[in-house]
Amino acid sequence: MKRREFLKKTSILTAGTILPMSLIEVAFANEADGSKSGENFTFAVISDAHLQQIKGTKFVRNWDMGLKKAVAECNLMNPKPDFILFGGDLGQLGKAAEIDHGAEILSALNSPVKMMLGEHDYYLDLGEHWMNRFGDPYYSFDHKGVHIVVLNSILVDEKWTNKWKDPMERMQTMAGLDDPNGSPFMVGLQQRQWLKKDLENISKDTPIIVFSHSPLQKLYKGWNFWTDDAELVQDILKPFKKVNVIYAHVHQIQYNKIGNIAFNSVMSTAWPWPYPETYSQGTHYMPKMTIKMNRADPFFERDATGWQMIDVHSGRVDFNFQLPNNKNRTVAYNEKTEQPEDMEFQKEQIPPQTHY
Amino acid sequence: MRLLKKTMLLIASTLFVHAQPLGLPPVPIPTDNPQTDNKIKLGDMLFHDARFSADGKVSCATCHAKEKAFTDHLPVSKGFSDKKGTRMGTRNAPTVINAAYYTSQFWDGRVPSLEEQSKFPPINPVEGGLHSWDHLVDMLKKDDFYKKEISKVFNIKPSEITIEHFAKAIASFERTIISGNSKFDRYMYGGEKDALNAQEKRGLAVFLGQGRCVSCHTISQTHALFTDNQMHNLGVGFKALGGKSSEVAKEYIVMLAKQKEKLKDKTGNKVDNHAADELVLAEKRFSELGRLAITHEADDMGAFKTVTLRNIAKTGPYMHDGSLSTLEEVVEWYNLGGKLNSNDPDTPFLDGGIRPLNLSGEQMVDLVAFMKALTSPEFENVKETK
Repeated sequence: MKRREFLKKTSILTAGTILPMSLIEVAFANEADGSKSGENFTFAVISDAHLQQIKGTKFVRNWDMGLKKAVAECNLMNPKPDFILFGGDLGQLGKAAEIDHGAEILSALNSPVKMMLGEHDYYLDLGEHWMNRFGDPYYSFDHKGVHIVVLNSILVDEKWTNKWKDPMERMQTMAGLDDPNGSPFMVGLQQRQWLKKDLENISKDTPIIVFSHSPLQKLYKGWNFWTDDAELVQDILKPFKKVNVIYAHVHQIQYNKIGNIAFNSVMSTAWPWPYPETYSQGTHYMPKMTIKMNRADPFFERDATGWQMIDVHSGRVDFNFQLPNNKNRTVAYNEKTEQPEDMEFQKEQIPPQTHY
Repeated sequence: MRLLKKTMLLIASTLFVHAQPLGLPPVPIPTDNPQTDNKIKLGDMLFHDARFSADGKVSCATCHAKEKAFTDHLPVSKGFSDKKGTRMGTRNAPTVINAAYYTSQFWDGRVPSLEEQSKFPPINPVEGGLHSWDHLVDMLKKDDFYKKEISKVFNIKPSEITIEHFAKAIASFERTIISGNSKFDRYMYGGEKDALNAQEKRGLAVFLGQGRCVSCHTISQTHALFTDNQMHNLGVGFKALGGKSSEVAKEYIVMLAKQKEKLKDKTGNKVDNHAADELVLAEKRFSELGRLAITHEADDMGAFKTVTLRNIAKTGPYMHDGSLSTLEEVVEWYNLGGKLNSNDPDTPFLDGGIRPLNLSGEQMVDLVAFMKALTSPEFENVKETK
């Protein structure tokens, strides 16, 4: 069966429900050109929980409930995801208590958990507690014919990192939006060299999935929807036929493709961010965030948050977004247009605004 | 032209609603089932006729009795009886009063209309217990009165009688069980400033403010349905799943497929609703899956329909499983963010709108007083349920 036909036939079913998930197991080992490309599998991403300690064992209830709901829903999935990646920002201010609290909630998951580091987990103690608990902040592994890389993309230059006397001041500055005292994220030379080496012996036909906390592309600097050395990382990934970059941090659904690299973002379990207006054409200026956006619907705390199940087949990824109080969405890779596309809303896309 | 046609239909459909009770909008009438006096009378008879059950003793009115404000005042409803005893359901009988305004029926909204709803209880194995709709239709056709009346009301030959006619007549009758004119309505929509006393007014303030009630139990400028017609997880029934939500959901999906296969020939293309209808009323653990049993969406785990609060003082016990016996308990439940004991765990599936409210004892008492002001005069004499 060709992928497109598959998508057509399952477009109603791929919405990430407990029943259809079992149907996604439909064999799909052959690519459109008839070649084999590994097994199909499903994994989940839960991300940006931002658990915040109030005092002692008291944590912000809203963020706790968001993560707990995602964990419980993830455990409903049938078949079980092969693994669950946590996309970073487990805590809000990088405190040991926050990271430990998050680890405890995540321990209820019924599938193996992989961890990624976010800036909120890092800039208090430079990731010391996080690394003690979860291990290396960048690593790779192979799963059913796909090479999977987890990067630490939230580093900044050493001068900035070391200029602070008060670690909490550093953390708070990095947590802010549009803060002129902040600094742009990067993967850095050391990790880029590691990545090159890691990919050295991987066949160019092997599908690659790269997880990064920040987008491995440049969207909006003021909010660090940005990785300063994105082009250099993309250069390393260019020789591979099928590359999928999955990033967190933006708390919203984004998808695009640059060359061979398909990009998908994931939702936060805590709160949504608005769309950065770099989407519009031509020069203009982002308004400053004067009111921190908590939630889209002031009554339903889960509104505009969520998590995602991802189907991997033919080396490409299809996202099934689980969106509480909202219609679930599917962003799937369309082999015909060679782009990730929303299965429902793509047709009605509104062109970007060119004037006010 | 199309607009004109629509307008005509609208006029036609509203003609039958004579004096609209204060506080309620016109009753929505489906265009394929217009209200007629004869049909309503026929529906009234069918609603109260116990012959359409396995033991000849269960009618719609058994669980929806007028003298009990169209409920049965039981935590969960009883079905027919035989040598094995009386069948027990898993859910609380919701009142028929103002059910015509819901956009879906049953606690999990598994059918969209009263017509679709009214045909299931007679053939559910723990309610009416008839084998099939064919059986029921046979009974109608063999009864001289019904044969004649149905043919007349729907302008058909007796041989053309189907379950749809049974369902339509009952639905038409149910669309006449409409009730407003409460003290709240007189205060809110009737301009009677003194219709609510000081305590009830304070309760209304809690209802609109700190109590967060109105976000789901909606009130508008011109009328109040006290429902958003949505499904929410309030934490009710969470304990009954004993931490096995995931296992029960998986078991249900397997059982549902089997049940659909079993019912395939009996009911044609309505198997989806039919299989779910049987499973959720037969097994408490499946019942507690709530809306998920219908949509299979993770976000619908344990979610049930927001029910109207009109006549709420007369329609206890409360919640989909009848697990809360008084309005005081209900308010306490919401005040603690979906539990009766502050030390109980929260369900991780809890709706995003439910959180502790920090109401004072006085605020809670006021809120209950306000809810008691939602009783319509015609049900004022129904014994209060605790």
